[in-house]
Amino acid sequence: MHHVLVDQWSQRSSPLHARDPRAKILVLLVFLVALATTAPNAFPSLVIYAALLISGILIAGLPPGGMLLRSMAILPFSLIFGLITLLAGDRWRALGLVEKSYLSTLAVLLVVATTPLPRLLGGLEASGMPRLLVLMAQFLYRYLFVIAEQAQHIRLAAACRAGISRTHRQAKFRAAAGALAVLFARSYYRAEGIHRAMMSRSFRGRFALLNPLRFGWMDGYFAAGVVALLILARVQ
Amino acid sequence: MTPVIEVRDLHFRYEDGTQALDGVSFTLHAGETVALLGANGSGKTTFVLQLNGILEGQGSVTVCGLQVNKQNLAAVRSKIGMVFQDSDEQLFMPTVLEDVAFGPLNQGCTSQEAIEKAKLALRQAAMEHALDKAPYHLSAGEKRKVALAGVLAMQPEILVLDEPTTFLDPPAQINLLHLLRELPQAKLIVTHNIGFASALAERAVFFEKGKLLADGPIEEIVRRFGWTYSDLAADLRYSAQRRF
Amino acid sequence: MHIPDNFLSTPVWASLDAISIPAVGWMIKRAGRDLPDSRIPLLGVMGAFVFAAQMINFPVGAGTSGHLVGGALLACALGPAPAVLVMTTILIIQAFVFQDGGVLALGANVFNMAVAGVLAGYWPFQLWGAARRSAAIFAGGFLSVLVSGSLALAELLISGVRMPRLLVFISLGLFAVNAAIEGAITISVVQALDKLNPGFVQKPARSNSRVLIAVSTAGVLLGIVGFLLASGAPDAIQSLGQTLGMSTKANFQTPMANYSVGNFESAWLRRAAAGLTGLLLICGLCVAGARMIGRRRSA
Repeated sequence: MHHVLVDQWSQRSSPLHARDPRAKILVLLVFLVALATTAPNAFPSLVIYAALLISGILIAGLPPGGMLLRSMAILPFSLIFGLITLLAGDRWRALGLVEKSYLSTLAVLLVVATTPLPRLLGGLEASGMPRLLVLMAQFLYRYLFVIAEQAQHIRLAAACRAGISRTHRQAKFRAAAGALAVLFARSYYRAEGIHRAMMSRSFRGRFALLNPLRFGWMDGYFAAGVVALLILARVQ
Repeated sequence: MTPVIEVRDLHFRYEDGTQALDGVSFTLHAGETVALLGANGSGKTTFVLQLNGILEGQGSVTVCGLQVNKQNLAAVRSKIGMVFQDSDEQLFMPTVLEDVAFGPLNQGCTSQEAIEKAKLALRQAAMEHALDKAPYHLSAGEKRKVALAGVLAMQPEILVLDEPTTFLDPPAQINLLHLLRELPQAKLIVTHNIGFASALAERAVFFEKGKLLADGPIEEIVRRFGWTYSDLAADLRYSAQRRF
Repeated sequence: MHIPDNFLSTPVWASLDAISIPAVGWMIKRAGRDLPDSRIPLLGVMGAFVFAAQMINFPVGAGTSGHLVGGALLACALGPAPAVLVMTTILIIQAFVFQDGGVLALGANVFNMAVAGVLAGYWPFQLWGAARRSAAIFAGGFLSVLVSGSLALAELLISGVRMPRLLVFISLGLFAVNAAIEGAITISVVQALDKLNPGFVQKPARSNSRVLIAVSTAGVLLGIVGFLLASGAPDAIQSLGQTLGMSTKANFQTPMANYSVGNFESAWLRRAAAGLTGLLLICGLCVAGARMIGRRRSA
């Protein structure tokens, strides 16, 4: 799966990778709000935002080309809407749509590429996200690739047995439904197996925390510094 | 030798009516390794799930002197550690360290103690280098060893392994074999892999349709029930040669 | 249907964040009673399943294929409150890990797909699942996609994204088509599941929560009314947005600055006010009606 690459990026070390996830989350939110409330033609501000992101990429030791390319996934969507808006006569909104959605995608990608997801979730929990959601997200992520691989295998098996387009569409539809049902059942039984494994290791009803996060001086400087920069850029 | 597991006249029926266990009696002694053999569906896995209280049947099950019932579950599960067939189901935490520390944390250890125990167990299983890795990135053999470490971290007296060589290539199987031979715990190994079983266990029991039909030296059991085809392979090759 | 950041105007995404957070919080409290920690792996794994399921293609003719969105299926299999939470989790992972949908827009996406979409998907099953199971499940799949799509479109229009009437019409038509596909896929999968294990999708639990019924009824009817309004008069929604001050106004010097935003002709104002009043009336009727249904069922 293509996401495995971002997963690998997040495992590297750099001053940015080492920052407490809470600091990064705070900075991300301030960035996104500043960006969202910036006028589409306030080019100095936008240039500062872009510069911040690029320096973040470089400090983190991430491949700039790869990062910029990956963020372009938003472009088909935003270009279409931009075009619609442009044709309706709203030139500035159209521009804002395209440039701002690209920058916000890049910003989120930067945070995810410098923070392994379990740590990011820990940061979200420490910032107030309910435990239930955090734990669900943790399990979802853990089994996402496992089950996705299973889905690929089922697709492959079905493709190997598929007739040419002569096969009645209804039959193919039902075959796909059957494949989904099998995937559902396997996932459900897998969850039962996980439950058995949990109980066998004396699970007593609560998931205990292992590694509490520690907010250090560097994290404080980082957060304060970037937030100040963003505010300055915004009020220009 | 003190018995660490004593099962007397165990019966168990599934909700759909299948009589999965029909009057099974069994004893395991400290430090002993026993192989559980039998066809699929003969009751081997159902049997081992009774030992740590995941399933509850009728009859008496005693582990390290403790009756296996609702009150003793926590204590029993500290004494008997189970390694399941599907390592992906067993390694459910985001990183190896967190997963191996899961057991000690449930036993009441502090964060620090749990981490220490986890590191020790990973060293025993020769997987200490994989501390921060996500289970998704490990091979089948590595996952199996981490699952074993997760169980060893709880310092059990008995180890139960359900089909431990599934998905393992021969080098990984040999690796696991050596690892298990070093461990002092009493072991129960559910397996179809006769070579593996013979290298670890001297005694075997044979399950069929929920009944424990035989209990004795492993070579005898294997021969009596025709539970291997290594001779068969030689015969077939010989007869094929004779035809030409 | 995942709205990225910077598509919605600030009042819109901010108010939807403000609505979604307590809504999800309430769901967590509701689910928390019968959701011990030991059930969490099941919900996480089911979330992973929905993700993976979106990769399986269902041929729908003319060389195109659709895929499962999953809100209705989850609701029928797990129950409405857990399904809301699973969809919320999926959206959070999609926003962060895959940058699919904005972070600030999470409130909007959660509201559209995890809350309204799931509840609308469960609503027919809850009311008619015992008597007319297949039709109810199809209707659930249909409504969940239609409601979430219409809500997303309405939010974009209120934000001031100017879409020509024809395009709005086409979009709604596409939503309806996707909704039908979702309904068909959902019922096919449920039928296949029944063959594997009838226990996977059981009869709807007798819900004592009248609030849940009321809210989901309101949501469905709101969605349908919004759909009708948008198809009939997308300008009404756009002007509603301007009237309520929800659109981003031109607050900078541009050639467009002379375009007077909010040309308050009385006709527009009247239409907008009528629309709003109508919506509120319908909401009130929904709540009252759902209370009556709830009372009859628990009798």
